[in-house]
Amino acid sequence: MCRQMNLRTNLIISLTFTGMLCGATTPPDSIRRLDEVTVTAQSYKDVIPAQTLKGKELDGLRSHSVADALRYFSGVQLKDYGGVGGIKTVNIRSMGTNHMGVYYNGIELGNAQNGQVDLGKYSLDNIEAVSLYNGQKSEIFQSAREFGSAGSIYLTTRFPQFAEGEKSRLKVGLRAGSFDLFNAAITFDYKLSNTVSFSFNGEWLNASGKYKFRYRRVTPSGELAYDTTAVRQNGDIDAVRFEAGLHGFLPKGRWKAFVYHYNSERGVPGAIVNNVWRRGERLWDRNSFAQAMWEYDVTSRWAVKVNAKYAYDYTRYVNNDDKLIHVDNTYKQKEVYLSWANRVTIFPNWEWSAAYDFQWNGLSEYMSVRRTTHWLSTATAFSLGNCFKMQASALMTMVNEEKRDRDNAPDKFKFTPGVFVSYKPFRRPNLVLRAFYKRSYRMPTFNDLYYTDMGNAYLKPELAIQYNAGVLYDISRTAGLFRFFSIGVDAYYNEVRDKIVAYPKGQQFRWTMLNLGKVRIRGIDAQTTLTFRLPSDIDLTGKFQYTYQEAIDVTNPADNYYRHQIPYIPWNSFSVIVMGGWRGWTFNYSYIYTGYRYNQQENIRYNYTQPWYTSDISLMKTFSVGKVRMRATMEVNNLFAQDYDVILNYPMPKRNYRFGVTVEI
Amino acid sequence: MAVMAACREDELVVPTEYDLLPGGPDADASPIGMYLLNEGNMGSNKASIDFVDFRNGYYARNLYAERNPSVVKELGDVGNDIQIYGSRIYAVINCSHKVEVMDARTLRRIGQVDIPNCRYIKFSRNCAYVTSYVGPVQIDPDAQLGAVYRVDTASLEITGKCTVGYQPDELEIMGEYIYVANSGGYRVPNYDRTVSVVERYGMKQVQKIPVGINLHRIRADRYGKLWVTSRGDYNGIHSKIFVLERESKWSSNMVVTDTLKIPCTEMCIYGDSLYFYSTEWSYALERNIVTYGIIDVRTKELVSNSFITDGTETDIEIPYGININPANGDIYVTDAKNYVSSGALHCYSRDGRRKWSVRTGDIPAHMVFLYE
Repeated sequence: MCRQMNLRTNLIISLTFTGMLCGATTPPDSIRRLDEVTVTAQSYKDVIPAQTLKGKELDGLRSHSVADALRYFSGVQLKDYGGVGGIKTVNIRSMGTNHMGVYYNGIELGNAQNGQVDLGKYSLDNIEAVSLYNGQKSEIFQSAREFGSAGSIYLTTRFPQFAEGEKSRLKVGLRAGSFDLFNAAITFDYKLSNTVSFSFNGEWLNASGKYKFRYRRVTPSGELAYDTTAVRQNGDIDAVRFEAGLHGFLPKGRWKAFVYHYNSERGVPGAIVNNVWRRGERLWDRNSFAQAMWEYDVTSRWAVKVNAKYAYDYTRYVNNDDKLIHVDNTYKQKEVYLSWANRVTIFPNWEWSAAYDFQWNGLSEYMSVRRTTHWLSTATAFSLGNCFKMQASALMTMVNEEKRDRDNAPDKFKFTPGVFVSYKPFRRPNLVLRAFYKRSYRMPTFNDLYYTDMGNAYLKPELAIQYNAGVLYDISRTAGLFRFFSIGVDAYYNEVRDKIVAYPKGQQFRWTMLNLGKVRIRGIDAQTTLTFRLPSDIDLTGKFQYTYQEAIDVTNPADNYYRHQIPYIPWNSFSVIVMGGWRGWTFNYSYIYTGYRYNQQENIRYNYTQPWYTSDISLMKTFSVGKVRMRATMEVNNLFAQDYDVILNYPMPKRNYRFGVTVEI
Repeated sequence: MAVMAACREDELVVPTEYDLLPGGPDADASPIGMYLLNEGNMGSNKASIDFVDFRNGYYARNLYAERNPSVVKELGDVGNDIQIYGSRIYAVINCSHKVEVMDARTLRRIGQVDIPNCRYIKFSRNCAYVTSYVGPVQIDPDAQLGAVYRVDTASLEITGKCTVGYQPDELEIMGEYIYVANSGGYRVPNYDRTVSVVERYGMKQVQKIPVGINLHRIRADRYGKLWVTSRGDYNGIHSKIFVLERESKWSSNMVVTDTLKIPCTEMCIYGDSLYFYSTEWSYALERNIVTYGIIDVRTKELVSNSFITDGTETDIEIPYGININPANGDIYVTDAKNYVSSGALHCYSRDGRRKWSVRTGDIPAHMVFLYE
């Protein structure tokens, strides 16, 4: 677990002297401060701390998408269909992608149609921090909806920063590499006044997505059966993204307004099966949203936060394969979201919050449906000395489904409680025990309810129950060779009930959705970090994370796969990151291991999928030419050119390279 | 760590698994065995061929890859039909757009015929006829007609092609004519409702017989009648059986002479008995309604509404294929379960008692007997 926190100087003082830190004095995140100081603090801040990647660690992964960064978090499984344009979704602690909330600058990225957020679409170029929370964020001053997910990813975009006397900053980056990739990005920050600043980030990505992949089989006697190498086709992508924001500070608060636009055309490479090496599916995506946040301390005890968002998503899917059914579907989604959150500080160590969120979702063209959702939350956070913290939350979710002639989906009403506690038994050593319990629901998506033939309007929400207990220990020093060490271990038990699964209707390729599944998940997540400061300015950091998961299907004892591990969940997975820094040079080595797993429900030989493990390296050099700061990077991914599939029949790229240069004025 | 971090090994050719069947060997059995084609779910590339060896009393699962280790990406994606003609066996692999041709005894590959979106196969006079959803290129991509391809079984060359209706499924050959059941399944709700009649020699569509929406099966009985099933629209319009007969003794025109309001998903004609089952989704009950029955092809009457008599039909989740052993009347019914796990093959005696059951590949569906 990363315990290197960016904290404001006065925060460290308050931490050191009062030794007590509750939500009231804790800023919502560490991003907004102008004068950042990186420290290694013995902080006991969060009830359940997040796993975070930011700063230099994130720089080492800079050219990847958000999905690639998430591979370094414990408890996360990534579904990667391969390539630059391939779809990438994540799943936390085996509960399914739809239980994961993804928040972009504090507001959830929605997809009412299928509930899945393709994290491959989100570039790390403008992201300052990626955080993963199990359960929910350890912060009660948040919108109601944030209490609703079983796990959450927070993507926080860069905040403009200026040196003394500086008014503007311009950064231009160019990258090129394998897959005929070309990528240009521009960032422009402007200080409008002492309290208001403007930021702009734009990016263009183009790639043919072509890469070589290899399938090889050997007979049991060791003879080569076949060995074929082909080029992945129809994986091209052309994407443009713009983001612009205004950031302002108020005497007792802050505000932010933000627009985002993404436009892409890409090929969908599809499964490689016998006699089929190329497919004709194309996808066009346009995602636009505008969002605003306003936060204000009305009195010294009452703070208010208002969030608003309007999003418009356009998706067109075309199947041009002349051998298959011709498909040309357009989906337009609109979303209106409003949130009003309040925090009342009763005593410095006890606070309450209450929030109300409203959302309207509409889908048109291919399917025409609407839904309104209301969330009402209350939460409390309490701490005792510097040794005990607790947080409890309750969320009501009310979904009003549109009444249609054909299918009449009932309205939904769900109550979601959560309790989080942590305890620090000693002043020293820095040992923290933590535990939580949470229930959460995922609502059926529009596809689940209404998709032609397959949808089932009477679906109930899918329930996830989580129990977690863990321990965290860290030591940090400000001098000497050894600087920092932390280790955290969590054990958990989750249950997913009324799991929404596709069930066959008895004729070829015909399915329906039912609340049929039941899954039991037992797991252990562990992380450790070790930092050294060697002589002659060499910094060395090592991170290791490990996940063990048993996620078994307990739907029906009569099934062939009763108590078998659910598809694509490995029992073992881990990652290692080693980072070295020396006078402007940064070296990063990362290794990811995903153990064997099964590609279907039954754990039989025919469904066995081999482990995969890749090594990626990157080298980065920063230097200055006059007033111009420059950075050059070189990356090699899948260094040992392993041929592997994350998803059956979706081959991944072999060794690939990227080179980049960034110029900052 | 060593245990935890198991390494990748060479990817092995998928091995065949063997199970002994109760009942033991029968040295005189004829047919000597039965091949079963498992469809495999779309995109999984898991079409596979199993074999029931009647003579030696065992079941062999997943034969193709072991017999043909050098075929890249194995048998393919979604098996849709399997038939034997002469000494060769033909497997129609729908989403791999090919007909795989193998030696019927050894299952060793002889070659393949590339036919886009191919569905079903029938033979006559050294020619194979294969239905395909893909006919001529059309300006409107949503109105693509299907075709019947003619393949020379000696050279494996395509020697003819005839445009038929929309998304043709099963076909039957009687005399000089091929009868093709057009489904129009891609054109919901504008299903096709015809049987195309194709003159075999010239490969010309000579007639379209109006029958019913979304046609699927078409089988001839020994009296020259055609039994055609409609899938219905899976909603208000139920599946049905249509009987086609000659308009008069002197006419070769086939017309619908009877409509049986009996839902039918798959059938097998054994002598004068047409064994069938039906699976229809009930939106009200949120489950599949499965029925079984026997129709007398002479009287066109339902003579029995079950052919499994010992109550073991409740073990079948979704029946997906049926076949009857012409030698002893044994009934074989496959169960596709949830489509994405191993299915089952059940064998029932002629009087409807279960003799044995065995685990199959994914979506066991199509069966063909092997003779010496």
